[in-house]
Amino acid sequence: MRRRRWRWLLPLTAVPVLALLAYGFRLNPRDIRSPLVGRPAAPFALTSFEGAPMQLGALRGKVVVLNFWASWCYPACYEEAPVLERGWRAYRDRDVVVLGVDIQDKDEAGRKFIRDFSLTFPNAPDPSGKVSVDYGVYGVPETFFIDRAGAIRVKHVSAVTDQVFRDTVEALLAEPAPRR
Amino acid sequence: MIPEAGSGALIVALILALYGAVAAAVGGRRGRPALVESAQHAALGVFALLTAGALLLIYAFLSFDFSVRYVANNTNLGTPFYYRITALWGALEGSIVLWGWMLSVYTLIVILRHRTSARELYPWVLSVMLSVVSFFLLVMTVAAPVFARMTPIPPDGRGLNPLLEDSGMITHPVALYLGFTGFTVPFAFAVAALITGRVSDFWITTTRRWTIVAWYFLSLGLLIGGWWSYHVLGWGGYWAWDPVENAAFMPWLTGTALLHSVMIQERRRMLRLWNIALVILTFSLTLFGTFLTRSGVIASVHAFSQSSIGVYFLSFLALVVLSGLGLIAWRWDTLGAQGELDSVVSRESAFLLNNVLLVAAAFTVFFGTVFPLLSEAVRDVKVSVGAPFFNQVNVPLFLSLIFLMGVGPLIAWRRASLENLQRNFLWPIVIGVTAAALFRLLGVRSILAVVTLALTVFVASTIGVDLVRATRARRAMGERALPALGGLLLRHNRRYGGFVVHLAILVVAVGVTGSQAWSVHTETTLKRGEQTELGGYRIRFDGLRESQESNHGKVTGTFTVMNGRAAGAVLEPAKKFYPQQSPIAYVDYRLGLVDDIYLVLGDFAGDGTSATVKFQVNRLVSWIWIGGLVLTLGTVLAVLPERRKAA
Repeated sequence: MRRRRWRWLLPLTAVPVLALLAYGFRLNPRDIRSPLVGRPAAPFALTSFEGAPMQLGALRGKVVVLNFWASWCYPACYEEAPVLERGWRAYRDRDVVVLGVDIQDKDEAGRKFIRDFSLTFPNAPDPSGKVSVDYGVYGVPETFFIDRAGAIRVKHVSAVTDQVFRDTVEALLAEPAPRR
Repeated sequence: MIPEAGSGALIVALILALYGAVAAAVGGRRGRPALVESAQHAALGVFALLTAGALLLIYAFLSFDFSVRYVANNTNLGTPFYYRITALWGALEGSIVLWGWMLSVYTLIVILRHRTSARELYPWVLSVMLSVVSFFLLVMTVAAPVFARMTPIPPDGRGLNPLLEDSGMITHPVALYLGFTGFTVPFAFAVAALITGRVSDFWITTTRRWTIVAWYFLSLGLLIGGWWSYHVLGWGGYWAWDPVENAAFMPWLTGTALLHSVMIQERRRMLRLWNIALVILTFSLTLFGTFLTRSGVIASVHAFSQSSIGVYFLSFLALVVLSGLGLIAWRWDTLGAQGELDSVVSRESAFLLNNVLLVAAAFTVFFGTVFPLLSEAVRDVKVSVGAPFFNQVNVPLFLSLIFLMGVGPLIAWRRASLENLQRNFLWPIVIGVTAAALFRLLGVRSILAVVTLALTVFVASTIGVDLVRATRARRAMGERALPALGGLLLRHNRRYGGFVVHLAILVVAVGVTGSQAWSVHTETTLKRGEQTELGGYRIRFDGLRESQESNHGKVTGTFTVMNGRAAGAVLEPAKKFYPQQSPIAYVDYRLGLVDDIYLVLGDFAGDGTSATVKFQVNRLVSWIWIGGLVLTLGTVLAVLPERRKAA
């Protein structure tokens, strides 16, 4: 019988498909650019866990790091809580404010989370979920970096690292302050 | 201690499975029965250890051991008892445990059934089965360790996704996994046939029942998934062409093709290469499905946890596909057909066409599912492929398949004579065409619905013609009508089991057609006491009430449904508020043979004076679920031991 050497090419036919699937690992299908980036940040007025008012409008002229979290969001929120606290302490004198919004959480669990990580920046629950809807929060944690003119400049999904915090905040601080 | 014992058991199981896979292969190659027997013992050990692992995990759930991350992520103190058990397969890691456990059970059944009957193939079958088990054990010990601890230990868990707290979610994954894992057995036989070179028809006849059972569970899993989607998710549909659904549908399509093509090989010694390729393809697609749903490579509404196991699954998939194709290439010369296609008008060619269409459907589903990936790789453009594409491409394919369903079982083998065609198809065609005209006259406007229903009638009448004729033949020999029919079904159970399964598919097709063509819906805001009408039904909003359940708060709306003038059922759709999740809708519905009344509560005024409600009248949807029951009957009939001597 004639030897059919070409038959050994058969397995090769599967290679492109497998390669395409492997390529998929390099992508994040959820990585869709938020339409909010570049737009003015939606104003909100919440009441912090301590009972103090927490309003975005009052912070015009400052760089705002707005973080959405929940006590049940393990491990990402647990990883980034100390990062946010460090960033807040390092930059609070340079007109940078960190705000935390606790979403879809039990009040008691949220307070315990703040105590456990000794968070000193303002945190507020969002009981009606309105703020997280306004910001199109898909999951926790998500962090919005808002410039001094009040526009959302960066949306960061997943835990914020020291590097991301520093680089983003420094870049926004380097911009000239808006005219009043 | 419990988690450590659990992960210890799984690690030992992995070692045993690897040993068994190697021992069986070496035993088979060198012809040493002692080694094969030792592999059998290893398989028994794997089963025992996996059972222990699964039970320990269930124990961790029942005792709220939140130090185990999997437990903390999938239950909380409010999770009801049953859902704490079924939380075992509530997410990725535990699903893999269930999957591995089912595989070990199947391996045991293979040992019990085929130890002596499949002598030459058996050691390799065992080796392949244990290799697949090893892979799953590797995933559950290394890639996604199910007993991993977490610190600090949370006081309460995150809880099961509330949408999964439904009876459908208890059975749907189990059925689906039984289907997925079931295809491992035919795959193991196919590989064993290729390795030993015994690619004749023995492995096909041996695995016929396995294929039917796996196919049945896969069908059931798909139907239960549809039922869950329909009565839990609140959008009133049962199928959305979501990647995860497609992932289970593709092996179903190729598995269906396989069920038919093996008959050609049994009968005509054709399609050897095709059948082996189909088995390998089907098994690969079950792995591909898991890869797709668990790797996060493709976005899906099914929010499964994503993890690093994608790499493991892709590697294993590559191993299976490449070595499978390599084995086919190696045995290429022995896989040639002995029979030949005599005529285009024959049962062989009808079955062949059926196979081409089914594989084409599987390919289009595959293409549509991975197209977003392809688009991003080639053009760097994000796209999503939705239902319109899948419907447009698949509807003509499925209609052709329904037509073939009528032709295939009755047309003659080899070459159909004009007389054969006339005898079998004249009446069904007349009845089908008459039905089409009748539906049109009755005011069915959608051409698609007319065609589908007429085809359904045509196929049903081919089955009817066959049954009437066969019963008449038996009555001519002096039997009475009913015993004749019963005897026929039991004696030719394989053939008539197939017919009953075909009927089931027809019933499902009617349900799909009806729900697509005639369902109506509206969304409206009603004040208390106000009414709205849709599709011959009126609903009246009677008020809201609040209540506190074990792990969530609930706002329930009361609506009275009126058909004509009489006040009928009271429906109570609700909205549930879980502390750590977004609120979810609790659908209320009344199922009917023709109309389902389906209510979803939307926004409402805090004082209960008004509420927005989504009001649907869905038509013929129940037929889909009835089809599932008929499918069960047909499958049972088809796998019963055959009474008659082989023809």
